[in-house]
Amino acid sequence: MEQTSLATGHEGTMRDQISSYFNRVRGGEMGALPAIAGLVTLSILFAFASPSFLTPLNFANLFVQAAELTILASALVFVLLLAEIDLSAGVTAGVAMAIFYVLSHGGMNWILALLIGFAFGAFTGFTLGFFVARIGVPSFVVTLGFYLGFQGLQVVILHAGGQLRVEIPAIQAIMNESLPAINGWIFLIVSVIFTTILGLWDRSRRARAGLTNRPIGLLILKIGSMIVIGSGVISVLNMNRSQSDIKIIAGVPIVIPITVVVLAIGTFFLDRTRFGRHLYAVGGNAEAARRAGIKVARVRITAFIITSTLACLSGLLHVSRLGGVEATAGRQIVLSGVAAAVVGGVSLFGGRGRLANAAIGALVIAIIENGLGLLEFPAGVNLLVTGAVLTLAATIDALSRKRSGAGTVRA
Amino acid sequence: MTDPVIELRGVAKSFGPVDVLKDVDFKAYGGRVTGLLGDNGAGKSTLIKGLAGVQPFDGGEIRFDGEIVQIHTPRQASNLGIEVVYQDLALCENLDIVQNMFLGREETSRGTLSEATMELQAAKALQSLSVRTVKSVRQKVSSLSGGQRQTVAIARSVLRKAKLVILDEPTAALGVAQTEQVLKLVRRLADSGVAVIIISHNLADVFSVCDDISVLYLGHMVADVATKDTTHTEVVEFITGARTAGAEA
Repeated sequence: MEQTSLATGHEGTMRDQISSYFNRVRGGEMGALPAIAGLVTLSILFAFASPSFLTPLNFANLFVQAAELTILASALVFVLLLAEIDLSAGVTAGVAMAIFYVLSHGGMNWILALLIGFAFGAFTGFTLGFFVARIGVPSFVVTLGFYLGFQGLQVVILHAGGQLRVEIPAIQAIMNESLPAINGWIFLIVSVIFTTILGLWDRSRRARAGLTNRPIGLLILKIGSMIVIGSGVISVLNMNRSQSDIKIIAGVPIVIPITVVVLAIGTFFLDRTRFGRHLYAVGGNAEAARRAGIKVARVRITAFIITSTLACLSGLLHVSRLGGVEATAGRQIVLSGVAAAVVGGVSLFGGRGRLANAAIGALVIAIIENGLGLLEFPAGVNLLVTGAVLTLAATIDALSRKRSGAGTVRA
Repeated sequence: MTDPVIELRGVAKSFGPVDVLKDVDFKAYGGRVTGLLGDNGAGKSTLIKGLAGVQPFDGGEIRFDGEIVQIHTPRQASNLGIEVVYQDLALCENLDIVQNMFLGREETSRGTLSEATMELQAAKALQSLSVRTVKSVRQKVSSLSGGQRQTVAIARSVLRKAKLVILDEPTAALGVAQTEQVLKLVRRLADSGVAVIIISHNLADVFSVCDDISVLYLGHMVADVATKDTTHTEVVEFITGARTAGAEA
């Protein structure tokens, strides 16, 4: 095999790898680090402040509360990577769920009704993308227009305020039921096996091409921490968290594996497919992407379709948690979704960010809400703190861009 | 001398009533660097855009490797083996060197990106140009200097197996040492058999790296000389029009 003398960043011992990681962080590529630091700090603070924070019940609640936001924030990542925004993602999901409600109550098979709801989401995404990519309307304006219009559409479709019950056990189960203890472990084992195979496959491909691999220790470290953290989470979730003696509540809430699978598939698309690469390229420098032969408009439209469709999944989780649809769904949560993505380290300037960032950001926002709720602060305090955290995150984003030298392009 | 890689005969281009290129003949040879000179508005960019397929010529004949060809779209130009390295480089700062070099032509297997294959080929392309200045091929472009970025952009054309590489002001924004590096790179690129066209305003650069010099003046090709047969003064006179025999104003 032919050896190349140019470095690829895969060389060196564990120590070299770790020191080069710290160098990148110092150079401004902080990724999710500030958010993780925030997550740890907040957890410690709330653990001291409230005795009910570190209980199995609250632990499960926290994940369930964060799931809806995680999916919505992940959906938004696809347009945020293009330096666009979709303010209408929440209400699009609201309309999709309203359509689902009306159709399934009209006697249609609920799965078919749900699919039609999701199809509406996809079509909305296409329309938004068309306005942005082909006509050139700024995404802020066109999605604001849809944000306002779809609030009206929700009322028109549902003819009512308040909640309308959805009595479908499978849907209610997503947020309210848990897996049997053994299935939680099986899920972890399958995830670990999958990650290991993927990691080893990458290494073998590099080896076959005659390229150096990172020390195997890094892969072991990654899988090891996955096992440790995963086991910890599942052990706690498998404890009985019921507050009464009548019924036992234990197990991994069904929504958690669903969220993890969505994140894994989305990450795979972003990191390992041509579309994902093109999405980052268009977000980084649309003109360069165009000259390289990438169909920029098509990439933009696809991103909007993914955002709107995935937002509908978040809407479905909302329906599951509430046990019904409401005409006001999706108005508030979309801004929290943007906040979660940005807090997690997704850049509003485009081209930087991953789904894991959105998930961590969503956890931060959920933990603030959860912790302050336990301490019985009034709702206003929650919004104040969330706002402050968002401002801090956006500031870190802008500063780290300056530091990595990429902040000069966009006017 | 061998046959030219690219040969233009009687090429014309006008924008409305303005004739930007008038009956222009031009040649560039494999293994040689051709300097394309001319004052602002002389028609250099229009000539390049015609070759790149961005703005097709109105009339005239284009021969590529001796064959008459049509270039109406950037895709056609790139299929022939013509690559343009624009002044503003067209790189994505948020991506690394390998990702930029394969942008728009990513190698895949079973629908997923073949990172190892791309990394290897990118490294080979950089090595074929004896590039030593980049630390790692997985460095983000945002962390590279102007000269290194120029290197990446030029290496990208090597990767695409270009037969004709057009460089638009490659040294315009560079310091002395980096200019030197890039010019050496251009020389090596030509030595590998590629026909290179350089647009430049810097006569020192042109004389140090070019084998042939072509000068445009108000849309006419007024000079087509070997570098060794001409002087700074003469070239300046061509550029400023002091030496144009038959220019119609």
